[in-house]
Amino acid sequence: MHPFSYSRPTNVENAVQELAGPARAKFIAGGTNLLDLMKVNVEQPNQLIDINRLPLNTIDELDNGGLRLGALVTNADTAYHPLVEQRYPLLSQAILSAASAQLRNMATNGGNLFQRTRCYYFYDTAMPCNKRQSGHSDQSAGVGPAGCGALGGYNRIHAILGTEASDGTVHCIATHPSDMAVALTALDATIHITGPSGDRTLSIGNLHRLPGSEPQFDHTLRPDELVTAIELPPQGFSDHHIYLKLRDRSSYAFALVSVAVGLEMDGDVITDARLALGGVAHKPWRKPEAEQLLIGKTATKDHFQPVAEALLDGAVGYGHNTFKIDLAKRAILRALGLASQKSERAKEQKGE
Amino acid sequence: MQTTLPAPTVESAPAMTRPITLTVNGTPYQLNLAPWTTLLDALREYANLTGTKKGCDHGQCGACTVLVNGKRINACLTLAVMHDDHEITTIEGLATDGALHPVQKAFIDHDAFQCGYCTPGQICSAVGMINEGQVRTVADVRELMSGNLCRCGAYPHIVDAICEVMQLDASK
Repeated sequence: MHPFSYSRPTNVENAVQELAGPARAKFIAGGTNLLDLMKVNVEQPNQLIDINRLPLNTIDELDNGGLRLGALVTNADTAYHPLVEQRYPLLSQAILSAASAQLRNMATNGGNLFQRTRCYYFYDTAMPCNKRQSGHSDQSAGVGPAGCGALGGYNRIHAILGTEASDGTVHCIATHPSDMAVALTALDATIHITGPSGDRTLSIGNLHRLPGSEPQFDHTLRPDELVTAIELPPQGFSDHHIYLKLRDRSSYAFALVSVAVGLEMDGDVITDARLALGGVAHKPWRKPEAEQLLIGKTATKDHFQPVAEALLDGAVGYGHNTFKIDLAKRAILRALGLASQKSERAKEQKGE
Repeated sequence: MQTTLPAPTVESAPAMTRPITLTVNGTPYQLNLAPWTTLLDALREYANLTGTKKGCDHGQCGACTVLVNGKRINACLTLAVMHDDHEITTIEGLATDGALHPVQKAFIDHDAFQCGYCTPGQICSAVGMINEGQVRTVADVRELMSGNLCRCGAYPHIVDAICEVMQLDASK
């Protein structure tokens, strides 16, 4: 590991000030992804700012009926929190489908959002990677400053949507690895951010970005900002939801394709719908216009198929991952079918 | 992956180490550690508690599982300096007054290992899982133990051992 200095601020202001200092500093919370990347020299900070003692570790009810998840609450404590289980079971499911119990006990809500892709070429410093080597000017391997090992390499886990830059070139086909972020996208969460110039909020849909010609940027946070909380709106889709995750083994693996669905139903008729896909793009993939196709419709396969087609519109396979296009469409049909049935918990609560 | 261990004495790297106290199995250990020392390396190389194993060193195998304030974590993916006022329990701390912890005894009774390298992590993970209180079924045991790999493939006996302690019917 590259040597670094270590600090442990106790208030948010100091933490943000330290990040804005001259050192190549990074925050560390759970550390499960950052330390992993530091061991393979993909991340080489000169300073780690340990933010674990900051007072951002509570889950609080909001006056509007929503819930505020502190950035430093662990994934495990979030998924098992009674209010999250009751009102946002989609989020609990997504979190518990990810990683292992040990990692969920360490990983925090804020850190989960900023974990890096698990693209093998990003992790391997012997391989070219436009995401890792944005400053390099070696034109040896295709488009971009460094090239992309995955484009012509083994790309089973890689992206099929949103990969092209505005000029049609492809610089990076990495996917965002988080399950939690996919559920938060379907729930339309709001991210609370603080920085030297004050506080601001961002819709989860605007937090992560597509690679374009600058795949080195995973997200839109400024270098001197800190996420303090994730706000869940009142609507939690607790009666009709599913997080369907398809992967190469049934536990402790990243998604090949995942689907987060939340529905509101009036009898057999869908009155509101949210869908987000994981494992298919550089960010959780959501298309509100696809969701609109479901409004006022009954929950039947005939009505689901156009939604799947709309969500996968423009999908491109790169060889080993081409199967994901059909897999994602079928996963959407299955997830919508499952979500349209009332959840077991909802049945229990209503004594059915 | 190669982990570069810092020099083990303060004298050889005075500027880079800092004094920390790790409380392991109830005993305080005063250590001078470079900040990049993982909790796993601190336990094994500095506190000389080698029961906790280094497998992958990347959080993928679970061999390094220990309990921090009662919760199971991967000791390889956290820095020792982040834990200088936490209660750490390793495999060496589970037995009390010479009597094995029930999970340790069940692992022996069910022959829940072959080579034994993953066993300290499996047992600490099982103890942590029982503390968490989220297990209802045998399927839950398998799911919530998925962070601990056993390359000998002793999984069926590991599940049997845990089920005995939890009084679950392992055949279901």
